[in-house]
Amino acid sequence: MAIEVRVPTILRSYTGGAKVVEGAGATLGALIDDLDAKHSGLKGRLITSEGALHRFVNVYVNDEDVRFLGALDAKLSDGDSVTVLPAVAGGALGFAAAAALLGHSSGSRAESR
Amino acid sequence: MARYESLLDACGGTPLVGLPRLSPTVPDGAPPVRLWAKLEDRNPTGSIKDRAALFMVREAEESGRLRPGDTILEPTSGNTGISLAMVAKLRGYRLVCVMPENVSAERVQLLRMYGAEIIFSPAAGGSNQAVATAKQISADHPDWVMLFQYGNPANARAHYETTGPELLRDLPTITHFVAGLGTTGTLMGTGRYLREKVPGIEVVAAEPRYGELVYGLRNIDEGYVPELYDATVLNRRFSVGTRDAVLRTRQLVEVEGIFAGFSTGAILHAALAVAHEAVKAGRRADVAFVVADGGWKYLSTGAYGGTLADAEEALEGQLWA
Repeated sequence: MAIEVRVPTILRSYTGGAKVVEGAGATLGALIDDLDAKHSGLKGRLITSEGALHRFVNVYVNDEDVRFLGALDAKLSDGDSVTVLPAVAGGALGFAAAAALLGHSSGSRAESR
Repeated sequence: MARYESLLDACGGTPLVGLPRLSPTVPDGAPPVRLWAKLEDRNPTGSIKDRAALFMVREAEESGRLRPGDTILEPTSGNTGISLAMVAKLRGYRLVCVMPENVSAERVQLLRMYGAEIIFSPAAGGSNQAVATAKQISADHPDWVMLFQYGNPANARAHYETTGPELLRDLPTITHFVAGLGTTGTLMGTGRYLREKVPGIEVVAAEPRYGELVYGLRNIDEGYVPELYDATVLNRRFSVGTRDAVLRTRQLVEVEGIFAGFSTGAILHAALAVAHEAVKAGRRADVAFVVADGGWKYLSTGAYGGTLADAEEALEGQLWA
């Protein structure tokens, strides 16, 4: 069972610069465990110490957000494509503007640790 | 109604048109699955943002936060800036937009034509620099009014009070509503209204997947979720890659004659996904989706011509606004 995983620029330091890696698992949680075994440290960037997806990380299976598909329990099939993306809104400028104006950028960093 | 007292009164009331050629075919005897496009490019400045801009300004006037002659400050290079510029002109406000100096020429020309002032931040600093500049300006001018579309309830209320009722009036059989996710105002407002009125409705979000170059500028921990966003209003959320967004945008104009911007292509991609699922399940579906703006402001990207790969490359890393 092979699942293609697209990794955002910001996390490629964990994958040796690779944009796309392969993993295996019947659920998203299992896939992330499998990826972490090959790319140590990746799991910590995606999952909180409480075992949930980080608030500012979006994961999509075949373009669809896993938060509406059972989150870490989302079922995966052979040939599925998984994409990891930071949460964004309203275009790059709008999103960065919103974060800065609300003073969230420093707050969110502290919160997600 | 086709006669209005002023341009502001002509906001909303946009047409809903069927897409007979793009709607999936169903087996003989199966219930119909139909796609419907809400043409928000027919608003006064050509985008859905006119609704939010008008409601935000009105709300600020009614609450006394905005008084005649005041200055509105908005860090935006996109449709909201253009809408605000039009409303500000007609209501007698000064508008100052902050944006990186490398935004497209069309946008600068449009904003200036509407009378907005533009403060540029250095291109090299990207959007982070624009934000820093906006923050600085805001600190120096505490009397300037920031409407802040990401957390302004009037943004969502515009859609709760206008877009939602219009859709239900024009399509009482609606089963799915699909729109773009940015400030989340469209989905939160329209979605809440339709949930109250239509049992079992599915509210579906689509967002264009932003270019990797843009992403690379930021730390993953700095992601921001708009204050307006409430995940319980949504049933599903799709992130659509540039290639699919471009493909669908082109398909929309080639097959149905609708010339739209690229976020609409992403929205159509999600609408088609839910429509095809309904066909598979043998269920009736009336899928309404939002055409957020026309394609005019994106012509200079080159993404409407040439091969799909060329178009994809042309759009990679650009700001979607």
